[in-house]
Amino acid sequence: MVRPAHRRPGQSRKAQYSLFVAYVIAVTGAIAGLLLALLSVVDPVGFAQLRVASQEVAAPVARVTRSITGSISGVDDSISAYVKAGTQNRRLRNELADARRKLVATSALQEENRQLKGLLKLQQTDKAALAHGYLLTSTSTSSRRIALLSIGRNLGVASGQPVRGADGLIGRVLSAGPSVSQVLLLTDVDNIVPVRRARDGLPALSSGRGNGFLDVRTLNIANNPFKPGDILVTSGTGGLYPPNIPVAIVVSRQDDGALARPLADPGRVDAVAVLRPYTPDNIEAQATLAPNPDAAP
Amino acid sequence: MNRAAPRLGEPASLWRMRIVPIASVMIASALPLMLPVVASSPALPPLGLLFFLCWQLLRTEMWPVWIGLPLGLWDDLFSGAPIGSAVALWTAASIAIHYISQRIYWRGFFHDWGIAALLVAAVQAAAALIAHPGSPPGHLLGLVAPQIVISMLLVPLFLRLTGQFDNFRLKRR
Repeated sequence: MVRPAHRRPGQSRKAQYSLFVAYVIAVTGAIAGLLLALLSVVDPVGFAQLRVASQEVAAPVARVTRSITGSISGVDDSISAYVKAGTQNRRLRNELADARRKLVATSALQEENRQLKGLLKLQQTDKAALAHGYLLTSTSTSSRRIALLSIGRNLGVASGQPVRGADGLIGRVLSAGPSVSQVLLLTDVDNIVPVRRARDGLPALSSGRGNGFLDVRTLNIANNPFKPGDILVTSGTGGLYPPNIPVAIVVSRQDDGALARPLADPGRVDAVAVLRPYTPDNIEAQATLAPNPDAAP
Repeated sequence: MNRAAPRLGEPASLWRMRIVPIASVMIASALPLMLPVVASSPALPPLGLLFFLCWQLLRTEMWPVWIGLPLGLWDDLFSGAPIGSAVALWTAASIAIHYISQRIYWRGFFHDWGIAALLVAAVQAAAALIAHPGSPPGHLLGLVAPQIVISMLLVPLFLRLTGQFDNFRLKRR
């Protein structure tokens, strides 16, 4: 039983005023906070620098805890894995059978592709990563999906650069601090990525659902063309993400598009690469940087 | 003179009385960003908010009403929510607790649990709505619903923990 509060200040004028002032401060502060929040939603980059300081504080601890325990993959994943084990097992069997069939078809294509690329001397152009780091930790209590990258401005990371893992796209750099930077993950509700279907180049937009899945919508709404198992890669439209980075695999169809699962799980990915944004001057710079393989016979 | 033994009537350390509640909320706010977990959904309960509410339910008069301003700002820095949202929502929550504590004169355990659960749900839902103004509200509420349920079930544990911290806070040397 909690003791009741003696909030009534009695006859003392001083006590009355101080209580009143406390409420005035609280209400004006709350309204100012609300306005600040709306401002920082509109202009997330402007206020991101404020948060960088706190992350520089959190990063050393996160580095230590990560080195002690290793990267624990998403807590929520392991919980939902128990719930969905049966259906998941069946689905995975089907996917495996599909994948085996595709693998045979792909290996022939890959060989052909390699020869064609050799002819075009293009294989070097997409390998220029700016820097490599690993994901330290992420926000886990709010609805934003922001991860902390272990490198920052010290290695040339700047806001707006795409981040990818070995399996596929992770997200983009939101803001860079002196030694850590924030990465807006692919699954964040506000992260919209222009993609295309790998099979036939059908353009679409993917946006995060905030719970580890992606919504995929086509740009033309004639009919719903997606099938479970479709692979989506970045299209390079919009000039941020370089083309042909694997993004997601379609899990199920929905009324207005499809539900997709990211191919790279940020909870399990080991190292990530920070790439240059896909802007015209960067593309030209990379083209000139690419080594000339004419020397080989 | 034996300085190690507590003397009769000696009050608890003033610094400890002030710092323990604030430090517990601040550490709880910063802790999720220090764990090596890359979560794919808002799965962890908002530890800082739970401690903040539990302290206010246990000791309503300990803090002034505006304590949500600095503590909320600190939480915003670590939670990833737009800066200012917790400032507003935590202060609103503490005003609500002060109001309720005048309405319900003798609060029991189930009162506290109910109030904390209601406020956690309101604050987390409102924070999600503020953070993503363009998204459909139904989807956002579905996104934070599991976290709200987990937090509601954890309220008694946090009340207990706060009680333990309170005992430590008021312990006489």
